[in-house]
Amino acid sequence: MNHLLLAPLLIPLAAGALLLIAERTSLRLRRSVSLIALAILLDVSLQLVALAGQGEIQVYLVGDWPAPFGIVLVLDRLAALLVALTSVLALATMAYALQGGDRDGPLFHALFQFQLLGLNGAFLTGDLFNLFVFFEILLIASYGLLLHGGGRQRTRAGLHYVVLNLIGSSLFLIAIGILYAVTGTLNMADLGRVLATLDPADAALAEAGALLLLGVFALKAAVLPLHFWLPHAYGHAAAPVAALFAIMTKVGVYAIVRVFGLFGHGDGPLAGVAGPWLAGAALATMAAGTVGAMASRDLRQKVAYLVMVSVGTLLIAVGLDSTAGLTGALFYLVHTTLVTGALFLLADLIAHGRPRAALISSDDERPAGSGPLAVLFFIAAIAVVGMPPLSGLIGKLLILDAARTTPWAPWIWTTVLLSGLLILVSMTRAGSDLFWRGGVSESCKAPAPRRLVPALLLLAASPALVIFGGPMSEFARATAVQTRDTAGYIEAVLGEAPASARIPREVP
Amino acid sequence: MPIAAIILLPLLGAALPPLVARHGRPAPAWAAALVTSAALAITLWLTPQVLAGGEIHSHRDWIPLLGLSLSFRLDGLALLFVLLITGIGLLVFLYAFYYLPAKDGLGRFYALLLLFQGAMLGIVLSDNLLLLLIFWELTSLSSFLLIAYNPQTRVARQGARMALAITAGGGLALLAGFLLLGAIVGSFELSVVLASGDLVREHPLHLPALLLILAGAFTKSAQFPFHFWLPNAMSAPTPVSAYLHSATMVKAGVFLLARLFPVFSGTETWFYLVGGVGMFTLLFGAYIAIFKHDLKGLLAYSTISHLGLITFLFGLGTPLGAVAALFHVGNHAVFKASLFMAAGIIDHETGTRDMRQINGLWRFMPYTATLAMVAAAAMAGVPLLNGFLSKEMFFAETVHTDWLGPLNWLIPTAATLAGIFAVAYSMRFIHDVFFNGAPIDLPRTPHEPPFWMKIPVAVLVAACLLIGIVPAQTVRPILDVGVDSLLGFSPDFSLAIWHGLSLPFLMSLIALLGGLALYSQRQRLFAAHDRYFPRTSGAAAFQYTVLRVRQLANDLIARIDNESLRRYVAWLIGTTIVLAATPLLLGDFHLAGERAPTPLDGIAATILLVLAVATLATVRVRRQRLRALIVISLVGLMVTLTFIHFSAPDLALTQLSVELITTVLMLLALFFLPGDPALSVSRWRHRRDLTLAAVAGLGTAIVAFALMTRTTPSISDYFLAFSKPFGGGQNVVNVILVDFRGLDTLGEITVLAIAATAIVALLWRLRLPIRAGDPTGRPWADDRHPLIMAAMSRPLLPLALTVAVFILLRGHNSPGGGFIAGLVAAVGLILQLLASGLAWTEARLRVSYFALVGVGLLLAAATGLGSLAFDRPFLTSATLHPHVSILGDLELASALAFDIGVFLVVLGTVMLILEGLGRLNRPGAANMSPRGED
Repeated sequence: MNHLLLAPLLIPLAAGALLLIAERTSLRLRRSVSLIALAILLDVSLQLVALAGQGEIQVYLVGDWPAPFGIVLVLDRLAALLVALTSVLALATMAYALQGGDRDGPLFHALFQFQLLGLNGAFLTGDLFNLFVFFEILLIASYGLLLHGGGRQRTRAGLHYVVLNLIGSSLFLIAIGILYAVTGTLNMADLGRVLATLDPADAALAEAGALLLLGVFALKAAVLPLHFWLPHAYGHAAAPVAALFAIMTKVGVYAIVRVFGLFGHGDGPLAGVAGPWLAGAALATMAAGTVGAMASRDLRQKVAYLVMVSVGTLLIAVGLDSTAGLTGALFYLVHTTLVTGALFLLADLIAHGRPRAALISSDDERPAGSGPLAVLFFIAAIAVVGMPPLSGLIGKLLILDAARTTPWAPWIWTTVLLSGLLILVSMTRAGSDLFWRGGVSESCKAPAPRRLVPALLLLAASPALVIFGGPMSEFARATAVQTRDTAGYIEAVLGEAPASARIPREVP
Repeated sequence: MPIAAIILLPLLGAALPPLVARHGRPAPAWAAALVTSAALAITLWLTPQVLAGGEIHSHRDWIPLLGLSLSFRLDGLALLFVLLITGIGLLVFLYAFYYLPAKDGLGRFYALLLLFQGAMLGIVLSDNLLLLLIFWELTSLSSFLLIAYNPQTRVARQGARMALAITAGGGLALLAGFLLLGAIVGSFELSVVLASGDLVREHPLHLPALLLILAGAFTKSAQFPFHFWLPNAMSAPTPVSAYLHSATMVKAGVFLLARLFPVFSGTETWFYLVGGVGMFTLLFGAYIAIFKHDLKGLLAYSTISHLGLITFLFGLGTPLGAVAALFHVGNHAVFKASLFMAAGIIDHETGTRDMRQINGLWRFMPYTATLAMVAAAAMAGVPLLNGFLSKEMFFAETVHTDWLGPLNWLIPTAATLAGIFAVAYSMRFIHDVFFNGAPIDLPRTPHEPPFWMKIPVAVLVAACLLIGIVPAQTVRPILDVGVDSLLGFSPDFSLAIWHGLSLPFLMSLIALLGGLALYSQRQRLFAAHDRYFPRTSGAAAFQYTVLRVRQLANDLIARIDNESLRRYVAWLIGTTIVLAATPLLLGDFHLAGERAPTPLDGIAATILLVLAVATLATVRVRRQRLRALIVISLVGLMVTLTFIHFSAPDLALTQLSVELITTVLMLLALFFLPGDPALSVSRWRHRRDLTLAAVAGLGTAIVAFALMTRTTPSISDYFLAFSKPFGGGQNVVNVILVDFRGLDTLGEITVLAIAATAIVALLWRLRLPIRAGDPTGRPWADDRHPLIMAAMSRPLLPLALTVAVFILLRGHNSPGGGFIAGLVAAVGLILQLLASGLAWTEARLRVSYFALVGVGLLLAAATGLGSLAFDRPFLTSATLHPHVSILGDLELASALAFDIGVFLVVLGTVMLILEGLGRLNRPGAANMSPRGED
């Protein structure tokens, strides 16, 4: 058992607890704690990627109780990839927050760390109930972060977010209850094993539980018609928070991939249960996100809707239920998380010094020296639209190619391409209104170039994903293959022996 | 890889001009010229090899999973284009230096031009379809930025956006087409694709692939009905129009037709689509060009028309058609670029491009006029100029076309008509601008431009003459290899100026004379055009569509999302019902399991009845918040009783203390809430919500019944068996909490800690006024801290704390544990707060609740980490058996330390929330705690 698996949980937990204790100390100290924790986390998560890249699934029996009785942490390529992605995003958004955004409210740093704890836990846990716990952590931390900085709009959006997600949590519990009653287990690998040979008399009930779970994950992922919280919450959140939240919807997508992948193990009664629902919902989500992005007059809200579009794209690929589809989804996931994160930061920088913030308006003056910002916006727009030469194109190509042989192909191709075109039109309009139209303000200056660095770092990922597209796509494919090899996962988890030979591995 | 260098030089070199821009105005121009010259030099170095019939290839893997590779090919076709792109590029760079206003820094302009040049070279040199696509879209992007080079004007911005939307939209279609083509062939490598013509033409996906690819080609090459972006792109600086929008970028579409000629050409679909669209565009563009008063507008429509001509020639699918098409690609680039440059000079010198104002310029700029007239003559197809030769070949091909059967004569007729139009608009360009009386109201007095500004025009015009007079000695070799790479052989064709008195020559003659005649009748023609020609324009239709789509989007969003939480929740519950009910209704659902229901006893029945009534009553009185709170606490109490009745003392204890504390907190919150809400809800929504609630409740009950009648073996058997021997505790619930599933508990106490943190953050700087009385207007009691309550509560604190410690310690073996203990201790403290006030308590309790929470979390985590020292994983428990007087034989598991952590976090959390709420009405306390972050 490799204790390194604990690090993504314990680092933010300890940092968060320390930040609570140090609540009355100087901001400088708290910032240092926060930043050091993030740096260590990034280092650890890269080590984890290397570890997972060796191809063997790492299992950690918490409390030395064997699976399925205790809680397990599982590190495979998928988990490692997402933990690393989260760390990168977190470091960049924190760098942005340190420019002063962290002072807009109290306890930002502690909440930020707890948020990471929830995210990493959700990616690493191999236990369904434990997943619920980490969902709770990341949700309650996100409530706090969402309200960071205060304000009427933000509070209102936050309330909607809280209420919907609290209902979601209750549904999650009910779903777990159903599945536990039917299978007698909570370990995800064990669930896969038991469900594969489920008594047909219980199949309908298990399916109801599974679909309830799908609803919960879809709510987290903001799938139509459960998306209502997203545009307002993301559109009104403080910039570093919104940027960090770029990964939040992906947790829902991840959970669908992981949990429903295992539920479908061995072509049991739950195999392919999510597919038919996903396909239609994903297309509708994409369409709705596109429409929303076109209708938004506020840049931040536009980006929020783009997050929805990316969720739709991801779920289209996931819904294909094929290795190629999942490969495309994973590649696209990395791309879209970093790029939308960058766009949230850019929207905030653009809002800076404008009379009506990020409102895309014809007659507002733009601050002097907006040139570098305009360049970054242009690049981000190309990436998010999926135009060459940036990573959005590669992701889209992988997904379209994976969809080609399916009966859904005409629908998927039309929706994806049309959505790309409409977003292009909408983004060029936004860019040209923001940076070309109207005069240049005499009194107001654009943010200093060094303030653009965090967004630039995130954006740099996009060309990097293209230049290193070969190894990146190979990693995505290897991840997809491993993720879909449920037998391998189950064997790794249930086969892991406790450190102490005394501990019984089954009920006498 | 010398081929890659041809592309990379301008692409990477694009960074150069902005870098050297501070070294004076000529520096960027020199840098750009240097880069392009280098690319041209490499090309010229490779040219002999290509002319000798050798294609040059290079290949390097990039993203094998996708079939995207860095494959390049330099064959005859590519060579022709590379020479055009780099050669004309150099001339445009020279021209632009004089054209752009002296105050403009040139760094950005030349950078964009180089970027475009690199992308364009990439298109023609790619040997991989996906790679080609990447360059394709790059040209669209750089074109977008160049059109809006001066974005201050509305037309420039609109033109740029329109051009991007159309060409990038076409690019998306092309992407889809390439994906299909690649799927048919099994590879995106052009070398493979080009060799698979038969396979492609017979594949069921042939038609969709062709249509999508043609959509890409036609949008880029401004074919009807996608042509309108090109005239609107004329707001670009003239060097850009000359370079991108006449000589090179718009040729990308016809280049693609040439590239894929071996794969797609020759079928009926190909002819009708490509030939038909080409011919229509040829006629349409030539006709409209006559009526454009804007010099660049005329040239733009002329470009559209000539692109149509080239498209038509490819559409014919014949070897000689391909020869003529390729030849005309070069010829058109040469004469049209020079015409645009001349137009730019005129614009530059007169300050306008309106031909109704510009007249009689011959007197002011005879040299420029001469050059422009020669170029215009080439455009019209006058003998001894290059345009004549390719046009003659075009006429000859139309005569030999055999696709329309009895209607074959239509094609040469239409071609001749287009020729007449071309002569007419060329004539207009010559006569209207340089003769036709005197200039009218020119903003500036025109004179000859700087010498070096004319040089690029002169070079191009010289090329027109040279090719027109001695074609065989100049372009023939390149044309030969170019055609060879399309057809695999070089057909026999003659480039002579004089073929005898043939039908094509006759058509040329008719075109010339007809054009002159038409031009002489221009006043009548203009009048007729104004009266009869439909006013719709593609650009207006496009703008209208974009506007409508946006309106539609606005309407849709406004309709779907009314920002009502009620609606959001309805959707959530509704979706959940549909999801969960589908398998139960459609699947093979067995309601009852194998276990018989427990018989109903009197106590259980009473509890359940009260529970149900209290629940319904809560809904009933929900508008009166205080009452609702009291009734809902009854619900909680009944749940507690249920737990006791069914022997779950741990749960009952927890439920009871949680119930107590939440009620207190809610009461505090109620104090601050504004008056009772008087929402009016429509009857329909009321019914909807009622239905959803009823169905959801009923469904949950059914599922609960189904679950509780089932007896599935579960992991709890393990917990029961090993709780004592390996977990060191008899209270299985507690062992599950702190040991078997210790990570869950660690997580849940973190949730508590975060909740407290989030609440404190939410309440930060929030100050709410205390209302004078309750909603009915009764004033609050004067005595804020009644003496008797204070006196009574104080002795309770040590008592509560003792009980808490007791519960904490016994937790592992009997009902209790850190969670409950924390709540009990909190109750004792809350009592002090309520009875004696915040200030009183704070003065005596000098503890930071945040520290309490933080230390608790760290303690719990550290306990877990302790096991690592014994080479056991995180949270592995250990058990000790110390004997302590009074308490007796204690079984101390390491889990106790963990439980103390839990205790601290719970206590700290409750106190933080309470304190936060208590602080809400204290003015001036804003910056005390939590600390403002500054």
